[in-house]
Amino acid sequence: MRQSFFARNPSVVIFLCCLAAFTLVVSLLSEGAGTGFISTSFIKTLGKTLCLCLIAVAMDLVWGYTGILSLGHFAFFGLGGYMIGMWLMYERTRDIVVSSMANAQIPPTEQEVVDAIGTQIFGVVGSSEFPLVWAFADSLVLQLAMVVLIPGLLALVFGWLAFRSRVTGVYLSILTQAMTLALSLYLFQNDSGLRGNNGLSGLQNLPGVEASQAVVSIWFLWASAVALGLGYMLAAWVVSGKFGSVIRGIRDDEARVRFLGYSVEGYKLFIFVLSAIIAGIAGALYYPQAGIINPAEVAPIASIYLAVWVAIGGRGRLYGAVIGAAFVSLVSTWFTGGQVPSLDIGFYRIDWVEWWQVILGLSFVIVTLFAPKGIGGLFDLITDRVRPDRHGADYGPDKGSFQEAEGRE
Amino acid sequence: MRTLLEVSGVSVTFDGFRAINNLSFQIGPAEMRAIIGPNGAGKTTFMDIVTGKTRPDEGRVIWGDKSISLIRMSEAQIARAGIGRKFQRPTVFEDQNVFDNLLLALKKNRNPFSVLTYRRSDEDARKVRELAEEIGLADQLARKSGELSHGQKQWLEIGMLLAQDPQLLLVDEPAAGMTVEEREHTTAILVEAAKTRAVVVVEHDMEFVRRLNCKVTVLHEGSVLAEGSLDHVTANKDVIDVYLGR
Repeated sequence: MRQSFFARNPSVVIFLCCLAAFTLVVSLLSEGAGTGFISTSFIKTLGKTLCLCLIAVAMDLVWGYTGILSLGHFAFFGLGGYMIGMWLMYERTRDIVVSSMANAQIPPTEQEVVDAIGTQIFGVVGSSEFPLVWAFADSLVLQLAMVVLIPGLLALVFGWLAFRSRVTGVYLSILTQAMTLALSLYLFQNDSGLRGNNGLSGLQNLPGVEASQAVVSIWFLWASAVALGLGYMLAAWVVSGKFGSVIRGIRDDEARVRFLGYSVEGYKLFIFVLSAIIAGIAGALYYPQAGIINPAEVAPIASIYLAVWVAIGGRGRLYGAVIGAAFVSLVSTWFTGGQVPSLDIGFYRIDWVEWWQVILGLSFVIVTLFAPKGIGGLFDLITDRVRPDRHGADYGPDKGSFQEAEGRE
Repeated sequence: MRTLLEVSGVSVTFDGFRAINNLSFQIGPAEMRAIIGPNGAGKTTFMDIVTGKTRPDEGRVIWGDKSISLIRMSEAQIARAGIGRKFQRPTVFEDQNVFDNLLLALKKNRNPFSVLTYRRSDEDARKVRELAEEIGLADQLARKSGELSHGQKQWLEIGMLLAQDPQLLLVDEPAAGMTVEEREHTTAILVEAAKTRAVVVVEHDMEFVRRLNCKVTVLHEGSVLAEGSLDHVTANKDVIDVYLGR
């Protein structure tokens, strides 16, 4: 008899329970709930971490399951953030402008209000005109649609061009780096229409919402948790059936999949676009919690960090990606936050804010060399999963294919 | 006799080296054919051309009843049109179990969206079990194919080919690295398959070819040197020259 999706994937149930328990406990301990054991800023950090876990799930789909080492997914994440940021900033500025004009003797016309918003937003880049990309900024629905459409469209065009030309392996990684670098350089320009290197700010203030940040941070924590839960289930569903079988085949030996009659390019494109959309949604939830987005967020290094998280967590298993992203980004926050006391070793003082990067780099190398299954591999010790002895050979000829040590029963 | 695949006047050059030189080849439905030839004779390149991996510089490759040209089609389209290929080294998906490997190959809609919503029916599971029975892996279905022996992987790959239900099977050195018993099993599978479809076997091993008991095409320097029964071609003066050295 056929079992239900959850019965076949018990790890999904466990994950969802852990996520729900985490969110509930954190909410109860927050300032917003009145207990105040956890500060609002740390609630925001946790909420942002959930968004990073979501993009890590997307990265695992692309890299861990399909073998495409994309080093450009933060471009989609950033675009998602910009799309929601435009609406937040527009409406927020509108509220301010309207209230400041309310005392004027002649009520302002609609055009005057829009002009005043333009001056407020673009004064910093020496302009007051609304660029074309802001055409829908006054509509929440359209901007929310663009959170999905813009990253999806970019991924569709980029992926179609790259996969059709059969660019694979390290060349594709370089192309994706170039894509995110190009986007970041474009956004840095003042005339890109998105306020150049100032980026969009004040995103933590929801227009028309009176609630305090302590409460709003809980809303976003829950929204992020729901998005992560849904994204995780969607990803688990995609990789569990025959589709998952095909993409894992592509990861290990794409030529063979092609000779079975599957259009490898179509499958890669599907996964690439799907993961870009997930990344965009993650970004749209992340930046209102961060409060600010600027072009540095889509710099090439961000996407490389993403790959490091997934590698440390263990690629090719969704919970590995989530654990890796949560663990590394939280530890990173701790180290770079300056709360860790410096270590004095006599002749030198180790300042963790700087030395954290070195630790991260070293742990990446160590995980890659000695524990390719990452942190997620620890679960195999409990569930006693065994792997075939392949005498050190990889699972397939392709660059992205599983190494022996990553395999699992 | 009706022809299933017709290759005529095909040439292909790699960096000035003529790998295939004005090659012509025909095969009918339900026919077994062995292709032999020394190293570099163009056997694998021939398969690459038929399966769409390599585009010929000139010539025609005509397929099936509707006489479609395969030259402009992608590998996946050609595979869907009914040509299956087995590579020299066994290529199965080692991270997945035998059942999933066969299910992946089973003739079904290959569109990403229909694969995404695919639900395994009892009918498909039964087909997979029948195939596993045929290739002698019925008791290995739950094992990861990476754990199988070399010979079992070769059979699994042949099973995956059969699951695709192609009209033409191209098989590259199926007996390489097999024990005597494994060879006999492989011969039996191929002979059985050739009753309902065309099978082209590329092989070095003359003993294996003799056991297949079929028409033989000898390739040399990218074109056909001789064609006929094994005894006929081995008696051919040119063939002796090529194989025993001049």
